[in-house]
Amino acid sequence: MSNKTSETTARPPRKPGSQIIVDTLIEQGADVLFGYLGGVVLPLFDKLYDAPIRFIIPRHEQGGCHMADAYARATGKVGVVIATSGPGATNLTTGLANAMMDSVPIVAITGQVRTELIGNDAFQEADTTGITRPVTKHNEIVKDPSLLAQTIREAFYIASTGRPGPVLVDIPVDMQTAEIEVMAPAPIKLPGYRIREQGHARQISAAAQAINDAQRPVLYVGGGVIAANASQELRTVAKKANVPVTMTLMGLGCLDQNDPLSLDMLGMHGTAYANYAVQECDLLIAVGSRFDDRVTGKLKTFAPHARIIHIDVDPASISKNVRVDIPVVGSAKYILTELEKELVHRDRSEWFQRINDWKKRHPLRYDTKADTIKPQYIIEEIYRQTHGDATIVTGVGQHQMWAAQFYKYKRPRQFITSGGLGTMGFGLPAAIGAQIARPGELVIDIDGDSSFNMTMNELCTAVQYELPIKVCLINNNFMGMVRQWQHLFYGQRYSCSSLQNPDFAKVAEAFGAVGFTVKDKADVPGAVEKMLAENRPCVVDFHVDPEENVWPMVAAGKSLHEMDGLDIFEMA
Amino acid sequence: MKHIISALVLNKPGVLAHVAGMFAARAFNIDSLAVGRTDDPSLSRMTIVVVGDDRVVEQVRKQLAKIVTIVKVQDFVGQDMVARDLMLITVSCPGEKRAEIQALIEMFNAKVVDISSKSVMVEVAGPETKIEAFIDSCRPYGIKNVVRTGTVAMARYGRTQAENQ
Ligand SMILES: Cc1ncc(C[n+]2csc(CCOP(=O)(O)OP(=O)(O)O)c2C)c(N)n1
Repeated sequence: MSNKTSETTARPPRKPGSQIIVDTLIEQGADVLFGYLGGVVLPLFDKLYDAPIRFIIPRHEQGGCHMADAYARATGKVGVVIATSGPGATNLTTGLANAMMDSVPIVAITGQVRTELIGNDAFQEADTTGITRPVTKHNEIVKDPSLLAQTIREAFYIASTGRPGPVLVDIPVDMQTAEIEVMAPAPIKLPGYRIREQGHARQISAAAQAINDAQRPVLYVGGGVIAANASQELRTVAKKANVPVTMTLMGLGCLDQNDPLSLDMLGMHGTAYANYAVQECDLLIAVGSRFDDRVTGKLKTFAPHARIIHIDVDPASISKNVRVDIPVVGSAKYILTELEKELVHRDRSEWFQRINDWKKRHPLRYDTKADTIKPQYIIEEIYRQTHGDATIVTGVGQHQMWAAQFYKYKRPRQFITSGGLGTMGFGLPAAIGAQIARPGELVIDIDGDSSFNMTMNELCTAVQYELPIKVCLINNNFMGMVRQWQHLFYGQRYSCSSLQNPDFAKVAEAFGAVGFTVKDKADVPGAVEKMLAENRPCVVDFHVDPEENVWPMVAAGKSLHEMDGLDIFEMA
Repeated sequence: MKHIISALVLNKPGVLAHVAGMFAARAFNIDSLAVGRTDDPSLSRMTIVVVGDDRVVEQVRKQLAKIVTIVKVQDFVGQDMVARDLMLITVSCPGEKRAEIQALIEMFNAKVVDISSKSVMVEVAGPETKIEAFIDSCRPYGIKNVVRTGTVAMARYGRTQAENQ
């Protein structure tokens, strides 16, 4: 008898899989979840009912995934999204692809039909791991309930280390209902997953030597620096070695753009001074950037005089698009710290003279005297009134490029945008995710009318959770960026690129948000002021010049220095 | 140039789909792919033959290494190794040609594994060049069916390791 009792008390406690999932999420530091319900995640949601975890229900799983994504971008933590099987999981795919392209750490948990039904075309069955394999860093289906906790731990580990990315765990409903023994966390054992944090010392020295020797160096930095929380290290390196810095769309904010070393953004819609500097430099130091075609223009003539150093945590990024002279694989934080020790200050006055000439001759500009509302003017006005301190989120299109050009970012994680995938509809849900990450701070979605149309249902979410996000619509009544291409490359035949929009102010009101419309240039400053003072979700519909174009522009297939639009508005 | 890449992978569902999907998504061409178990039940070995310039194959190798379920990737190019294919081939074999074909089979050190009144099935193993040569030699008689495993390869011990250092 007594033997039996001691045996039962020695046994580890048992819990349902659903509880184990919730416990593991909490253990991994998740304090906010985004997600949507459905049949095969009901056991899990039942356990969330009294869990010490905040839950945000979007109006569409894509929205939920973008919210988790922006939450991760704003905090540097792992974003978590939950969806049901079948349509819930397929609705996540755009959000996963978006996070994959921009290397954002997300753990997605999907429900799946009961294990014995898998493969039978059961109700709401989809091959979730099959569908999401190319858009996740890793995915896994759990078919043994005793592996649940460890699989989720591994998912967090894989998502957040090395080059971050989304990881999906597919959990059949019977795994959630199974009673399993609670086991202490085991060490992570992933024989196929290795990350190189520390760069090779000899390569770092070679890089330092090259920088010290360079006459006309340029740092070209991307989202990898932000992901590695290495902006401070980058600033130290740039200052110490006295090297100008250009940032990719994903890298904006790595260096304060008010710093004289900043060349701002490079690439297709980059500044003339950044693009010229890259084309004339004798050493290009890429850190956490990946030589994307929107950045390099024509590859053959990209940075033609430069030796190239490439610092990246992902070895597959190195020498993928351009041949690199000094590769350094490892974490930007570690490598920049080591690099700094070997750098010396160089004057390079001729180089800076040349750069400052370009800056004077080709600043970003637009027609400030026009009678219409120019989109750039709105963004400048927002910049002025927010003192450059707001978190800015965008949709995809012209407005996104203007938000990148005309707002000057001071901090990493201040500008949240869909870079690699270019996902229209990212703006509003991303603003929600960012606002949840930064309660009490100013979050502004600079959005396009067409982009906003794609996910504006999430206004309900903003209203329900009382999130005072501001949506600033650059409404040109066009798919503006598409129209610009049709204007430039298809003889102004605006095929199918204009839509009939609703009255966005009324839409906002119907959702329970604040909405108003601005049609006069003179009303812009007042409207921005009113928007910033609002403490409810607020949509301001600015009717802008419908045919404004983004300049400068390096047309597809052209070299970086072959920019159009530099001479459109000569300085008075 | 042809590269033989050997990948040690976790013996888990989805790994093959991942590899095949990655090749398709990145527009790499697989010349042949052979998969089999190893002495360790938790691991399988994939031998993948790809054609491409050094830059492409370098990307293939790196992208394979990035897959979480792939434990180790090795490119055999420039290494001392043994590469073999196995083929089953059925050749028309009317009575009057039997002696000729028999001589051919012996010359290639091949093996007859099935025989009927009109045809013969032959098993041939060896380097790819030998397999191709055998196919060419059989053509005049009429080939009915060909099945090949794709290349498998292994580094020679001792010497390869010395070279790697
Ligand atoms: C989901 C999705 N579909 C299509 C596109 C192609 N696309 C890129 S920009 C653009 C137009 C965007 O229009 P809008 O949101 O109004 O912004 P604008 O360019 O006018 O500022 C389109 C259709 C895309 N990027 N994403």
